[in-house]
Amino acid sequence: MSKAGRNSMLKSAASLGLVAVVGTSLLAAVNFLTAERIVAQERRVMLEQLGQIIPDQYDNVLLDDRFGFQDEHYFPKGQQVLAYRARSQGEPVAVVLKFKAINGYNGDIGLLAGINADGSLRGVRVISHKETPGLGDYIEVEKSDWITRFEGKSLENPNRSAWAVQRDGGDFDQFTGATITPRAVVEAVRNALEFHASHQQWLYSSPAGAQNPAREDPAK
Amino acid sequence: MSYRQIFFDGLWRQNTGLVVLLGLCPLLAVTGTVVNGIGLGLATMLVLMFSNLAVSLARGVIRPEIRIPAFVLIIASVVTVIQLLMQAWFYDLYRVLGIFIPLIVTNCAIIGRAEAFASRNAPLPALVDGLATGLGFFLALVLLGAVREIAGRGTLFSQARLMFGELGETMQLTLIPEYSGFLLAMLPPGAFIGLGLLIAARNWLDSRSGRASAGAPVQSAPLAETGA
Repeated sequence: MSKAGRNSMLKSAASLGLVAVVGTSLLAAVNFLTAERIVAQERRVMLEQLGQIIPDQYDNVLLDDRFGFQDEHYFPKGQQVLAYRARSQGEPVAVVLKFKAINGYNGDIGLLAGINADGSLRGVRVISHKETPGLGDYIEVEKSDWITRFEGKSLENPNRSAWAVQRDGGDFDQFTGATITPRAVVEAVRNALEFHASHQQWLYSSPAGAQNPAREDPAK
Repeated sequence: MSYRQIFFDGLWRQNTGLVVLLGLCPLLAVTGTVVNGIGLGLATMLVLMFSNLAVSLARGVIRPEIRIPAFVLIIASVVTVIQLLMQAWFYDLYRVLGIFIPLIVTNCAIIGRAEAFASRNAPLPALVDGLATGLGFFLALVLLGAVREIAGRGTLFSQARLMFGELGETMQLTLIPEYSGFLLAMLPPGAFIGLGLLIAARNWLDSRSGRASAGAPVQSAPLAETGA
């Protein structure tokens, strides 16, 4: 290669490198300036969502008293479940599970379910979904009160066979033209309740912050 | 090229959304409501202005053979900066627009303007061109959002609090009370139909004022070639 050719190549590389360095420095600076605020925003939104389910009656820092785990049987598709524990003077009040219903009409439905220490539901909220607007989006609390009908329900009320939509012989309403969406939500909430029933002790005793705490399966 | 002409091109003759038809993915996907359109429109406009400015400033440094990777680097940096700022100050809106903010990088209108205009002009005209092109795209987004929101929900400015906070609560207008909604307008096919109607309306206005030949899409070939 001629000397001129090599020179021009080096110049090109240097100018591309210069653009990369300037761009990266700008990004690093903006990231440094915004990182703290973004974390605060994420916490604010999470706290707002949790607050819809557990407004008060606890004295610990809900956002920090949490851990993540996986359980293929109750929460399929390898999803990461988050558990937030609400306690009052160290005593369990409720646990809020953040998980997904995997068989929605259009992808996963993100759910928050608050379960009281006595096994009854404190409330359920949908935090993300891609269901059809006008048909499947009645699961949002802003659109209808359907999701609030879970409040006070437990594994005994209604009994196991009635934990389904009416089309399947259960107790829960479905919407005209949209059975798949409520079916997915009802099934996922029931699974969460069953998990809570068999792992309650473990849910409250696992250390906060752990990603995959060791679990002794009571079923074994 | 006069500033007047730059504005006329960006807003009308070469409108990104309605004539050049670049950036259709966000245009069709997020225009379910006016507020979403405003959010993505403003973000895209800011990216266009700053990427045009940066490309123009760097045009002496960037050698022609590496200009495309350099433009991509510049645009990706600007988009990421906007994304971080939005996350920090408009987090609720950011959650609604979601993936479409990082995807501004792939909006071919931006690299198109970098290649066709900013890399050949001084910083100030490049900045103005970014503003004009961005404004044209913004207006297309807002118009399509308005058409779909009125037809689909009978409201305007719903969820305005995502953008304007407390003030937004008072902005929501219910144009058609007790409206049961028109699902088609909210779904993807409604976006295509709405865009088609807007393009038809624009062409009709053009032909009425006798400028039909000036706005023929074929003339935008140098832009369209830069990306799909």
